[in-house]
Amino acid sequence: MKSIKNHLSLVVALVSILFAIQVFIIVDRAINAYKENLANNYSVIVVAHSSITDAKFKTLDTLVKSVTELSPDNVIKRLNTKIDKRNIELLKVTLPKFYKVKLKHFPNKHEIRRLTKKLLNHRYISKVENFSYNHDSTFKLLLLFKDVITVFTISVFIVTILLILKELRIWQFTHNERMSIMGLFGAPIWLSSAVLFRLAIVDAIISSIVIFGIFSSIASSPWVLEQQENIGIHINIFDAFGDFFMLFGIAISVSVVLASLIVIGHKEEV
Amino acid sequence: MDKVIVAENLSLAYTDNETIINKINFSVNSGSFVFITGASGSGKSTLLKSLYGALKPQEGSLIVGGVEIKGVTKSKLNFLRRHVGIVFQDYKLIKEWTIEKNIMLPLIINGYEKTVTQNQVDSLLKHVRLKHQSGKYPLELSGGEQQRVAMARALSHNPILILADEPTGNLDDYSAGLIWNLLEGANTQLKTTVIVVTHNIPQTMTIDYKHFHIEYGSIHEVN
Ligand SMILES: Nc1ncnc2c1ncn2[C@@H]1O[C@H](COP(=O)(O)OP(=O)(O)OP(=O)(O)O)[C@@H](O)[C@H]1O
Ligand SMILES: [Mg+2]
Repeated sequence: MKSIKNHLSLVVALVSILFAIQVFIIVDRAINAYKENLANNYSVIVVAHSSITDAKFKTLDTLVKSVTELSPDNVIKRLNTKIDKRNIELLKVTLPKFYKVKLKHFPNKHEIRRLTKKLLNHRYISKVENFSYNHDSTFKLLLLFKDVITVFTISVFIVTILLILKELRIWQFTHNERMSIMGLFGAPIWLSSAVLFRLAIVDAIISSIVIFGIFSSIASSPWVLEQQENIGIHINIFDAFGDFFMLFGIAISVSVVLASLIVIGHKEEV
Repeated sequence: MDKVIVAENLSLAYTDNETIINKINFSVNSGSFVFITGASGSGKSTLLKSLYGALKPQEGSLIVGGVEIKGVTKSKLNFLRRHVGIVFQDYKLIKEWTIEKNIMLPLIINGYEKTVTQNQVDSLLKHVRLKHQSGKYPLELSGGEQQRVAMARALSHNPILILADEPTGNLDDYSAGLIWNLLEGANTQLKTTVIVVTHNIPQTMTIDYKHFHIEYGSIHEVN
């Protein structure tokens, strides 16, 4: 019972720090996935009076990923079919060329403006339609969400560290006594602080395991999978290897730094 | 005769404006048994603190076990302390450790083997009549029992010097007798130098001893 209480305060603090960090990572991943989605679905339509090669398009702006020429057949089909074949061929030649330009990533406002300007500078290109207003608002919302999560993560981090520092004074008191007594019998500092570091490392391991449990179950919960399906993004909520070891590393560092603070603050009483 | 302790013009103080021990000269021969008496607040515990290096001399020099306490390095002080056994006036037992582990502390620090440690601790627990309490924690023991644990801990690693601050202060005559026997035994059998702070020197002493008295910041031998 006593030993559980010893561990609880640091474990709870570490778990909340790790939780906040992982939530931040998930949101970041979701936003990147959404951005990629947007970029994949987003394209700029270019109207030109003569054909322009793929390579030429790519030299116009570095943002250009791929270009497909839109066939005029659809347009012509919609026209009255009574036009005879020879005239249709003629029409085909005189109709302007339509191109669908895909971009490497979802552009921001400035990038769209720059791209449009650069494309229009080309003497063949007469019109550029960039549909910028459709996606912009969703994307802005997402970025706002990311800012909120960043602030949330930083605040959790700061508040928890403050709580731990307060807890530290209690710790300092309990551990100081044992460390002093051991010192009076000639124990070197590494020996008298060994218990403290063991406690810190054990707590880091416990909190990593707790976080592993929480996020593994979140990642495999049907509700979360369904939500992902609904939004249309597929992200890795919790990478059992990469994420786990990163969080574990953070937990170990935080707890070892705290333990070191106690050791540095230790003074032999007279 | 080898000297374990040599103090010359030694002054001790906690603050600059109040000197507790004032320019004393005294020495203790290796293997001797010494009593230190004095009124409450006269500076007996203060003097012991300087002997294990917790309080550095304000003035003068103090050599313990060949180590100059003034300006001693941390590692040299640790080395000295590993060969000293201390019974503190307030016991200083580790609350979160069992009685048994508390007694083992000096043995753990000195890196003794597990079997040696266990045998030594068992024998000491028997001597201080606490065998049945070995798994308990200090706060589950009476004051006198805690004091006996502190005594056992001070003896466990066969130190060359024992510093005991009122080791029988809380004990009845019978338990006090056990403690004196242990200290006399260490002194006669292991040639351990023993320094005991006490208010009353036992009438039952079977060996030669020295008696110093502290008064008004100075120390003198009583014959
Ligand atoms: N940590 C300390 N800081 C400041 N002053 C102290 C400290 N410890 C003791 N003193 C003062 O030093 C003086 C001597 O104290 P000390 O503990 O050596 O007395 P003592 O002879 O051991 O008394 P007792 O028989 O009551 O244990 C006292 O006046 C006390 O107030
Ligand atoms: Mg005292």
